[in-house]
Amino acid sequence: MATAINTSTTDLVTRFPNFVTLDARTGYTGFIVKKENLVEVATAVRDEFGFDLLTAATAVDYIAENKMEMVYHAYKTTGGAGLIFKVQVERVDPIELPSLINIWPGVDFQEREAWDLYGIKFTGHPDLRRILMWEGFEGHPLRKDWKEPFFEEETKPFKSRWPDGQHTFAENKNPFRDNLNFPKDFDPEKYVVTGEDDLYMSLDRDSRKDEAGNMKTDHIVVNMGPHHPSTHGVLRVAVQLDGETIIGLKPVMGYLHRNHDKIGERNTYLQIIPYTDRLDYFNSMSNNFGYVTTVEKLMKIPVAERAEYIRVIMAELTRVQNHLIFIGMLMNDLGAMYTPSLYAFEERELILDIFEAISGARMMCNYFRFGGVVRDIPDDVLQKLKDLVFERLPAKTDEMERFLNENEVLVARLKGIHVLNADDAIKYSVTGPVLRAAGVPYDLRRADPYSIYDRFDFDVAVRHNGDMMDNYLIRFDEIRQSLRILEQALKQIPGGPINSQKPAYQVRVPAGEAYGRVESPKGELGFYIISNGKPNPYRYHVRPASFVNLTAVESMCIGSKIADFVALLAMLDIVMGELDR
Amino acid sequence: MGIENKLANMGVVTTTLESAVNWGRTNAMWPMLFGLACCAIEMMSAQSSSYDMSRFGMELMRASPRQSDLMIVAGRVSKKMGPVLRRLYDQMPEPKWVIAMGDCASCGGVFNNYAIYQGVDEVVPVDVYVAGCPPRPEALIHGVMTIHEKVKGETFKQYAEKYK
Repeated sequence: MATAINTSTTDLVTRFPNFVTLDARTGYTGFIVKKENLVEVATAVRDEFGFDLLTAATAVDYIAENKMEMVYHAYKTTGGAGLIFKVQVERVDPIELPSLINIWPGVDFQEREAWDLYGIKFTGHPDLRRILMWEGFEGHPLRKDWKEPFFEEETKPFKSRWPDGQHTFAENKNPFRDNLNFPKDFDPEKYVVTGEDDLYMSLDRDSRKDEAGNMKTDHIVVNMGPHHPSTHGVLRVAVQLDGETIIGLKPVMGYLHRNHDKIGERNTYLQIIPYTDRLDYFNSMSNNFGYVTTVEKLMKIPVAERAEYIRVIMAELTRVQNHLIFIGMLMNDLGAMYTPSLYAFEERELILDIFEAISGARMMCNYFRFGGVVRDIPDDVLQKLKDLVFERLPAKTDEMERFLNENEVLVARLKGIHVLNADDAIKYSVTGPVLRAAGVPYDLRRADPYSIYDRFDFDVAVRHNGDMMDNYLIRFDEIRQSLRILEQALKQIPGGPINSQKPAYQVRVPAGEAYGRVESPKGELGFYIISNGKPNPYRYHVRPASFVNLTAVESMCIGSKIADFVALLAMLDIVMGELDR
Repeated sequence: MGIENKLANMGVVTTTLESAVNWGRTNAMWPMLFGLACCAIEMMSAQSSSYDMSRFGMELMRASPRQSDLMIVAGRVSKKMGPVLRRLYDQMPEPKWVIAMGDCASCGGVFNNYAIYQGVDEVVPVDVYVAGCPPRPEALIHGVMTIHEKVKGETFKQYAEKYK
């Protein structure tokens, strides 16, 4: 685990001695910036220090100190350690902070999320609406003083449950069986949905009105979703169309929101692992990987050697099956209804069989533990795995390429459509294959190696046009590279214990913060965890790749056709479990 | 060439109208293409070549609620999604059935908090619950078989009372 000391950190204090201080709390790193100078410092961080990729921006509620903190994680696309800077404000409403959307447009959704869940107003943000909860929701659920109506206790296990007391259904406490508070004077009979107008007006605020302020009528607004066959789940998109050309587009999400962050803060560290499975449900192994890596960073424990190899094998198998499904789904959305996906699913089933053999579950593996993994790979499964990796998967990948790549319709639909150039991709904090297809060779396995990826010989797949065709082809490249890693890992895998720790229901995590990130198949999957030494995290935040990648969709789509937008959604490879959390 | 001549050659099968209708309904039940979360992926797996739900006349997923008889609620239903789900259900033509696939749709599953309905039966009536997180494709197929059994046992009288 490479957590190099950040040498450039001291520079920020030297550069701005008056309003930047080092974060001196135990276990914390980074800088605290004064609120008034946030924009100035952020500009310097991007332009002078070269941290061009703002990956995560999230809030923390320090209710005891009466402070609200916003944490920014900036990285360089050339690789290396990141820079963390924070800004603290008094926890008195209205909590206001300057928006960084002009410096890193990729912060758009993350600021909206902070507004939604923490109630931080970002001045200068052009479209600050709720993003995960619905308009008209009462309160900001991630604040520490916000309690749900069926609130039992701060953390699990709840005392009301066995063995300390009778088991009672929380639902019975409320005769209407609805775990919801409504705003004061709320009358469902008279309620008028308010958010919709804001949404439609936000599509294109300027061109929709003429000089007199009346709404023009020559454009139509089309709602796609939340139930739409090609939005990959329950994404809703409001599109403004001029004929068939998109002139404005806003994604609406939150239809699968269950507040993963808050569930995490309620659970113990171990209890969170199965929840991370359900983030990006195609890639439960990658999610486990990111989470345990972060907690291990906090706990400062080593990982058993054999377990490191097993982890890499599982993560790469996950990547292979994710990309296979991606190709199948992209074909589905392009109109090649189901035949290519059937081919993809066939291979995926074989990989899922392996997962099932080692973890007991096909999809929700819950396989990683702090310090290692939960079960060893049996020898016969290892042999099966070798057959799959050395023989079958390379052949099948070639076969799929042979079937599809030269297809005239496919090329016509993909080539030159939705070009995302490198600058824009970085600007919008896009990560993963989409960024690499735009010509930025930024892969966390190389750029900021975690686990044992520095031992393997592989290339970072990169393409240069940034169009849909490159995005499609780069998936094949990545499958090949993953297979290369798998081959090496399977040859080198040592014997020995699979966990460096004793199995424990409760782990001791020292106080402090950690941001761990892994290269999930969709992009950078980050976990930001703050521990205060208690059995459950004080703050638990997931930085999902799909969510941030979706920020770029608005600018990518303007001017293209609506049918291509459907393909673009497939290309971004979003998954709603991760997007809505 | 009257129809009587042909009938004589074919042989005639007699049955009740009820069982003929129910037979038709079970063997061409069109589920709605409606995936919410993790279970939707297993629903796709159930359709894929390894499990092949089309053996039971279930391969035709309809994207439009107006063309489907069966809603498979595959995944957790959030409070924000609830009204949408209800509207989709209302748009489906009668007769219609609902399968709550997975723990989340059946009872809230592991997501016991304010944002998730503790079971989709708070929003729409459910005929069959399939347990599992997510249920294996075999489990879903079993759920579908169960609903077929249920439909085969339905009578016109029940319908008449239901839609009075």
